[in-house]
Amino acid sequence: MRLGFASPPLSSLSGRAAGLGRRQWSAWAMALALSGMLAACDRPAGGDAGTSGRPVAGVFKGIDVTGATYGKGFALTDMRGQPRTLDDFKGKVVMLYFGFVQCPDVCPTALTRASEVLRLLGTEDAGKVQVVFVTVDPERDTPELLQHYMAAFDTRFLALHGNAEQTEATAREFRVFYQKVSTGSTYTMDHTALSYLFDPQGRLRVVLRHEQSAADYAADIAALLRGV
Amino acid sequence: MTSRNVLAAAVLALSASSLWAQAVKVEDAWVRGTVAAQKASGAFMRLTPEKDARLVAASSPVAGVVEIHEMAMENDVMKMRQIPGLDLAAGRTLELKPGGYHVMLMELKGQLKGGDVVPITLVFEDAAKKRFTQDIKAPVTALGGGNAPMKHDHGGMKH
Repeated sequence: MRLGFASPPLSSLSGRAAGLGRRQWSAWAMALALSGMLAACDRPAGGDAGTSGRPVAGVFKGIDVTGATYGKGFALTDMRGQPRTLDDFKGKVVMLYFGFVQCPDVCPTALTRASEVLRLLGTEDAGKVQVVFVTVDPERDTPELLQHYMAAFDTRFLALHGNAEQTEATAREFRVFYQKVSTGSTYTMDHTALSYLFDPQGRLRVVLRHEQSAADYAADIAALLRGV
Repeated sequence: MTSRNVLAAAVLALSASSLWAQAVKVEDAWVRGTVAAQKASGAFMRLTPEKDARLVAASSPVAGVVEIHEMAMENDVMKMRQIPGLDLAAGRTLELKPGGYHVMLMELKGQLKGGDVVPITLVFEDAAKKRFTQDIKAPVTALGGGNAPMKHDHGGMKH
């Protein structure tokens, strides 16, 4: 199982680039340059522009995955039992995170950061962002628990769940790794702790790491809202 | 006979006298709050032992099971594992904080609300592998309230 994300294969990029306009050409060129850089590093390190996974032009603070052939969307159920897909949020930037409620550290930190990100964006921009949390632990994370958990951070956050197959399919679509691991007397979930940003057209554009700041997240969301 | 009496007296003296007890300074302890049906959470704190020691266990009336855990990020994947103990160097502060170690409180008996106080008994081993305990009271920072101990008790403070 692959860990985290991967750069889009070059062959698919060049094939699709043929019928695009000038603006998209420069985006593809940037993505091509980035894929070349990313292929050389197995583990992004912080700070150094050459190996941190940052795009050459420095448009995004996170990893530019524009043109990704994966992460097309999701089809899961929300806390009220309603089916939700990525299409429901066209016109908004979607920030997608995979986690689980029994997580004492990373998930609450990520969700607290998401609240801070909305605050940094300001009321108007924040209204155009949808935070989505997908549980990788549907066994324990019931819809009711998810509803209360989201509300503890921000009532605008949306939690989604599925059965085991749907969870697996969604994680596979995003190349998210997760695994149940026994720990002492119970179990925890190892899981990819990356956040995925979709632009208002519903395309996966940026992947942000857990170590990055709320300011980084807000900057990339603001860029996507501006139409970058 | 005599040496046994002396030994018994010495043991009594050692266990009774707090002067002999190892001390570990515990600062800024806090517990992350939960929502009602949530069964687990974490306690964080700073530990500074007088002498070399090892945190080997913990217990709390609010949790059926308490373990020491380490969280590590590996290639952007979060991994959390129970660890058998945490070594503490004399005079050096080890911080249990988000992104690293924590005391995991599991099988919670009820919701942990902001402002609640959680009693935790920390079990240490000294250099001679003798165990000693320390009781602390860790205030609860409500879920969504951030990654730090609440400095003031505002009870129902809203952000």
